[in-house]
Amino acid sequence: MRRTLTTIWHTRGLARYLLLAGVLLTAAFVVLAVFAPWIAPYDFAQNSTEAGERLPKLAPPSGTHWLGTNDQFYDIWSRVVWGARTALQVVLLSVLLSALVGVPLGLASGFTGGWLDRVLVFLMDALYSFPSLLLAIVFSFLLRSAVGGGVLAAALALTAVYIPQYFRVVRNTTVSAREATYVEAARALGARPFTIMRKYLFGNVVQSVPVIGTLNAADALGTLAALGFLGLGIQPTEAAEWGYDLSRALDDTSAGVWWPALFPGLAIILLITALTLVGEGLNETLNPALRRRRLQQVSFAPLSREGGAR
Amino acid sequence: MSAPVDPDVVLQAEDLRVWYGTERGPVRAVDEVDFTLRRGEILGLVGESGCGKSTLGRGLLGLLPEGAARDGVLRFQGRDMLGLSRREQNRLRGNELGMIFQEPLTRLNPLMRISEHFSETLRVHEKGISKDEVERRSLEALRVMGIPPTRFRAYPHEFSGGMRQRLMIALTLVLRPSFVVADEPTTALDVLVEAQIIRILHDLRDTFDTSLLLITHNLGIVAEACDRVAVMYAGKIVEIGEAAEVFRHPQHPYTRELLRSTISLSTTGLNFIEGAPPDLTTPPPGCRFHPRCPDAMAVCATREPSALDMPGGSRAACWAAAARHDLLTLDAEESAPLEREELSVADEA
Amino acid sequence: MPTKPETALVAEARDLSVHYQLQGGALSRLLGVGARRVKAVDGVTVELRRGEVLGVVGESGSGKTTLGRALLGLAPATGGSLTYHPSRGGTQEITSLKGADLRRLRTDVQMVFQDPSAALNPSMTIEEGIGHPLVIHKIASGDELHRRVVAALERVGLSPVERFLSKYPSDLSGGQKQRAVIARAIILEPEVLVADEPVSMLDMSVRAKILQLMLDLKNDLGLTYLYITHDLASAKYFCDRVAIMYLGRIVEIGPTEEIFAHPRHPYTQALLKAIPEPDPDRMVPRDLPRGEIPDAARPPLGCSFHPRCPVATPVCGWESRDLRALLEQHWVRDADVDYEAERSVVGDLDDLDRPQRTARLAGRDVAAVRDVLDRVRAEDPDEPLWGGVRRVGEHGGRLEVEFVEGVDPPLRAAGGVQVACVRYGEDAEWPDEGS
Repeated sequence: MRRTLTTIWHTRGLARYLLLAGVLLTAAFVVLAVFAPWIAPYDFAQNSTEAGERLPKLAPPSGTHWLGTNDQFYDIWSRVVWGARTALQVVLLSVLLSALVGVPLGLASGFTGGWLDRVLVFLMDALYSFPSLLLAIVFSFLLRSAVGGGVLAAALALTAVYIPQYFRVVRNTTVSAREATYVEAARALGARPFTIMRKYLFGNVVQSVPVIGTLNAADALGTLAALGFLGLGIQPTEAAEWGYDLSRALDDTSAGVWWPALFPGLAIILLITALTLVGEGLNETLNPALRRRRLQQVSFAPLSREGGAR
Repeated sequence: MSAPVDPDVVLQAEDLRVWYGTERGPVRAVDEVDFTLRRGEILGLVGESGCGKSTLGRGLLGLLPEGAARDGVLRFQGRDMLGLSRREQNRLRGNELGMIFQEPLTRLNPLMRISEHFSETLRVHEKGISKDEVERRSLEALRVMGIPPTRFRAYPHEFSGGMRQRLMIALTLVLRPSFVVADEPTTALDVLVEAQIIRILHDLRDTFDTSLLLITHNLGIVAEACDRVAVMYAGKIVEIGEAAEVFRHPQHPYTRELLRSTISLSTTGLNFIEGAPPDLTTPPPGCRFHPRCPDAMAVCATREPSALDMPGGSRAACWAAAARHDLLTLDAEESAPLEREELSVADEA
Repeated sequence: MPTKPETALVAEARDLSVHYQLQGGALSRLLGVGARRVKAVDGVTVELRRGEVLGVVGESGSGKTTLGRALLGLAPATGGSLTYHPSRGGTQEITSLKGADLRRLRTDVQMVFQDPSAALNPSMTIEEGIGHPLVIHKIASGDELHRRVVAALERVGLSPVERFLSKYPSDLSGGQKQRAVIARAIILEPEVLVADEPVSMLDMSVRAKILQLMLDLKNDLGLTYLYITHDLASAKYFCDRVAIMYLGRIVEIGPTEEIFAHPRHPYTQALLKAIPEPDPDRMVPRDLPRGEIPDAARPPLGCSFHPRCPVATPVCGWESRDLRALLEQHWVRDADVDYEAERSVVGDLDDLDRPQRTARLAGRDVAAVRDVLDRVRAEDPDEPLWGGVRRVGEHGGRLEVEFVEGVDPPLRAAGGVQVACVRYGEDAEWPDEGS
């Protein structure tokens, strides 16, 4: 881990700037999400001031409402800030959960082989071949009755969608790592299969997981917004969600009311870009196939002129 | 320095340097190397790994990774190689210069029949060659390598390891190059097959009139297959001469210790060289072998020895050898035994 | 403890076989046909005596590594028995050990691998990696663990220890890594060490050092070695006894001095002749065995070595594939032979690929085929294959070559060693004039 961080720290060139830009942008969203109650002037579902005065409907951006208000009398700046919190909660939860399920499953499947492997690979491939949005819609329908339409339901629906990705990558690296001499050596030491998986395989096969994680996070964010846009995601009463806001605002754009659609849309794009930058930056840095060392130009010193044998 | 026009000299290197650029500065993998290779001669190149053998071999052919650079003089049949453009170099490779690698399977396209490999190689380098000519030349090259014509249309995976290496050699030689670099061509093979391949390489000059640079870590192979041998240490050729002479009377302590540490059938005690080859970004001053040398003197740590002709005909760069043969005189201070630091396992290769 | 080093057995294989089922290509798997059996180890009987170094020498594909892995229970035996006799008494049948018992065996029998760069877990520090066997077997933890790791590292010469404890394998040189692998193997205080080509991937300047270390460890710790190698030169120096393996069988076994002074099996002789020696007066021998080690899934009939053997006899097991090889060799040998013409006369050779004692050539013009064979014979009348021909005749419009029924010689005592060759032993099928 320490080495990975050192590698990241010492990255140069384009990869470094990609990573830096991504991290800074993501950090900005994290700040919004964490300090939402202090940053946002209003609650996410607050359409009147504390004094009980109703907020204006579809007011253009101004000094009192920086980004304007929307058709539900909500302050758009507040909705964007609270939306960041929702988005990061869902994405973080789903990425963690799918890695938590996918990684051990892939490890066990790849190491054990046999029928368990075949069944799991078949199942995961089947899941993987579905369009992710379609799958997310199905799962959110199924989950709505069980856990409601909140952050958890959305996260779980996305989790199911992304498990196969972790499974596939970890399983495939495990299958090749299983043949490595150090795994044979672990067996020769008398290690139990579980120990081999935990101590010998895990550390060597999870290296690609952070990269998939960040790239998935970007993808998950898009899917979440799409669900919200279709009205199948987080219910408006549960939390502020950019996709939902965007879909509501769409009708008004033809009337020249651009601000309720622009700002949630911009937030979606910015956060997806930020996460993708982090993912690609990590990939460039950590993937040895992509990593290009920066070479110093060779300049020859003058001959020592005593020479070797001729 | 003007080139001596000797039609028998195929390759001539003077003060040749091949350095790699890294994050820590240049690696002096080949540093001021001089040698000549005559027509039909087999020159063995030996040394520990990390001494620049492979870099020298690839550097001669211009097969270098990004960030590497060559300097000095390198003449191939009288032509200056370092001044050639990339395109001219490419044209020369294959036609005039060939390379045989350690692991042949990675160099063969698994989806192409052997016959297709040959026709592609021949067509690329000899435009307008006829189909019959391709087949005749290919079968002849295979025959010399002991591969029966019945296997001409087989795929690479249908061949055993030794056969694949013969195939690679046949593919290299079908173009009749004047100079071939073979980089550890038998390391991946079994003893008996290795001996077969050495036999073939040894017989090459009779059939193809090809000069060969044979890079190996196995001194036995050099003794059996090569006319001359060059011993490389830390980017320098420290000794070069007739193989028989070098093996019988090694002049440089490194050659001697290398021979002593080789485990052969006549081994009666285990010997080894302490320490490891140096990091070639910052090679030691003076003679690069002095930190490991059992004969090191005070002068060795400060001044680099120049290569001198030894009475037996070989050439070595060693203060002690030169002094032993009265080629130069050292004063008492210079020839005092060098106070060496203890070498521990921490520095081992 | 009573010391009877000559008789004390540590391990013993009786007619041990390790066969693998090979999976064919996609089509054959689908159809369930063409599954091939590779006899990696095929009926090996060998004893390992306490305190000795037994060398197992052979080319790749000879089954030497499988034999070593079988001793740790890593390669499942498919036949015969393999017993282990711990010094504390008792007997364990390795082939029937399972689960926890099998894992416990590995506190007694340990292994050193060929490639030190691959044998250490890249994500463990040296301290973790070397100490892990003790953790696995719950032998030590905490300070005790640290103390024993330090002791093991010092024992193998990785000192000053502090410089290595927190390093990762990739920070070490080849020789240092192999020392670490050896430290990990001895930390469990085993009785037997299987060393699978422990120096072949190392630079020659450190090979001798690692071998010396292993000899020192053997003497200090009372170890027994099974030294697996393809390198006869190091075996000569390192081993007390040597077993030469070829295609899953032991073809010659005996005391090192005797094997090297008087190699009997033609394969042993060939191996010795083929080792490149750094001796300027020696040249590459010309009479080397031809070809390569055959496919273990389709071994030759009779003696496995006969197709390559320069001194094969008529009873060595000649068969159709040898005839094909001979024809191909004939086409390679001489540039003037009209390959195209002869090939069309003898016809398709693929029928000869099925191992049969009677080879039937596909060419329809029997007289012409006979002519080709006569020419081949005239080219090299001393070729051992011809001695094995019983009859050349016509059958169903094709030329048939019938060979003498071959024998598969067992290991037999001959002058202090055991050899599996028809030329040697009490009831040798084809006694050597010289023996």
